[in-house]
Amino acid sequence: MTDSQSPLIVEDATIGYGRVAISEGLSVDIPEGEFTVILGPNACGKSTLLKALARMLKPTAGQVLLDGRDIHTQPTRAVARRLGLLPQSPIAPDGITVADLVARGRYPHQGILRQWSAEDERVVAEAMAATDITELGARGVDELSGGQRQRVWIAMVLAQQTPLLLLDEPTTFLDITHQIEVLDLCAKLHQEGRTLVAVLHDLNQAARYATHLIAMREGDIVAEGPPAEIVTAAMVDQVFDLPCRIIDDPETGTPLVIPSAGNRGAASRARELEADALVKDLV
Amino acid sequence: MDAAPPHPADNQSASDTSEPIHRPRNGRRVARLLAGLLALLAVIAALAVLSIAVGARPMSFDEVLAGLNDPASDAYPVVTELRVPRTVLGIAAGAALGLAGALMQAMTRNPLADPGLLGVNTGAAAAVVTASFFLGSFGFTQTILFAFAGAGAASVAVYLIAGAASATPARLALAGAAVTAAGYAYVSAIQLMNAATLDQMRFWSVGSLVNAHVAPTLLVASIIAVAATAGILLARPLNALALGDATATGLGVDPRVLRVVGIAVITVLAGTATAVCGPIVFVGLVVPHVVRFFTGPDQKWVLPYSTLTGAAFLLAADVLGRVVGRPSEVQVGIVCAVAGGPFFLYLVSRRKVARL
Repeated sequence: MTDSQSPLIVEDATIGYGRVAISEGLSVDIPEGEFTVILGPNACGKSTLLKALARMLKPTAGQVLLDGRDIHTQPTRAVARRLGLLPQSPIAPDGITVADLVARGRYPHQGILRQWSAEDERVVAEAMAATDITELGARGVDELSGGQRQRVWIAMVLAQQTPLLLLDEPTTFLDITHQIEVLDLCAKLHQEGRTLVAVLHDLNQAARYATHLIAMREGDIVAEGPPAEIVTAAMVDQVFDLPCRIIDDPETGTPLVIPSAGNRGAASRARELEADALVKDLV
Repeated sequence: MDAAPPHPADNQSASDTSEPIHRPRNGRRVARLLAGLLALLAVIAALAVLSIAVGARPMSFDEVLAGLNDPASDAYPVVTELRVPRTVLGIAAGAALGLAGALMQAMTRNPLADPGLLGVNTGAAAAVVTASFFLGSFGFTQTILFAFAGAGAASVAVYLIAGAASATPARLALAGAAVTAAGYAYVSAIQLMNAATLDQMRFWSVGSLVNAHVAPTLLVASIIAVAATAGILLARPLNALALGDATATGLGVDPRVLRVVGIAVITVLAGTATAVCGPIVFVGLVVPHVVRFFTGPDQKWVLPYSTLTGAAFLLAADVLGRVVGRPSEVQVGIVCAVAGGPFFLYLVSRRKVARL
């Protein structure tokens, strides 16, 4: 079998929407205890991979293994106690308070006979403290700023108390300050011992925060490993069609991608048009 | 002035040091909501007394009591065999419609959804006209059976047309609208072709409780009680579904399974209520709205509140219809729309309708 250290494994999977396969024969291990970031250009299949990991999409061939067993054969509530998911655009019911929204993360730990307990109370309070939203408890979620709202959603997933966290583009729609705030929070959660998997758009943020990178293009994995090893000018050009230089980030020493100045080659523009056409086909 | 006006920063620090309210089970809120449920039960009890005491035939209080206790009294056939079942039916049907509406809105995350969206009403109407076209006139129990079968068939059809397991709220709404439109056309066509059918349908289609009898009433009330219990137990998964299908999946709720169970419960609730008292759309649409103003978005409160409010509303409308129309009466469906419509408009104009 594959590396027994990996809590989440994709084995030779074909994943897609309806009859359109985005990835075919995809295999990937999510290493335990790492902050894995999946990145790549639009429509490269990174969100699709995350949805497969989160059991939102069932592979038409191959399988996704959670703790060595097919994730789709396990009871979904049992999976929800191992693996938390923050989707791209969750919906906050109108008028819901911050504390009530976070409390909904306790769902997989409750049942008809096991209602709200002191333990639930404690976990919710901890999740709110960890995301620094304790003072917002009684506020309506709809009155919060984008950055605050994202912290509330992360608190809801934390209240689920899962060792694995999947985050689908957690920084999209946020301004740069709140992007960094959310990523710092992710780094803290990782340091506390959780295994994180996030889809990110920003190459430099990915290189700075990830401990393990998965770079994708057109449904396939192009490179994976620690950012310091795999982020090279050749890899960036191969994945994003972006000629660039790589320097050391003066703050962290991680790779920093500096796009080349001047006109880009006609070849890469042609490839871009092709990729755009693919996106439009899918949409 | 002894005290200087407080500095804005003081206000800030004062609110910072005040006890942070982060308890998800705020004690006062729970007490208020529980008190509200008890008050609703008291209102239903009071309306039930009125419903048994008031009718086309004026009676003294003693006559009504005799009618309840003494099978030999003159009032017994009216009170025990007509008014009591009618009251029970009104409570059961109102509760079913209120809860079915709340479930439908929660499941589709659409505040304008009502059980009619599943085609339950037109399905029931189509089955009743078809049966009366071919069989002539028939009794109350048969009407219930035909209407119930039609309601079930329509909601299964809507679910399948919407794509079965891949049904989304939007596809359900579209499929429901299509089936409803086709059903109305069919019902109108049959009624135009056959005058006797039109007569039979006329009262049923505005919604009425006059046909209540003891035996079918007990059956209907028990079916609704079982389905309502199942429906209220869906509160927690529906709370997860309210956060979106993706978040619900992450929390361990399978939205496809929840939709199948939800549609089954709604079909039994709305199908049974529609079968006994005709298509009363208004209760299922409006009651959950009014309830959410008071309870907020937590389904654990929205569902029981909608159940009890629906029962109180329908029962009140039925009593009112008997009072204003004396010596005849106004059908409960008409009273619901006439009395409830302006009230709903007033609410909508005053307050933002709560989204789910």
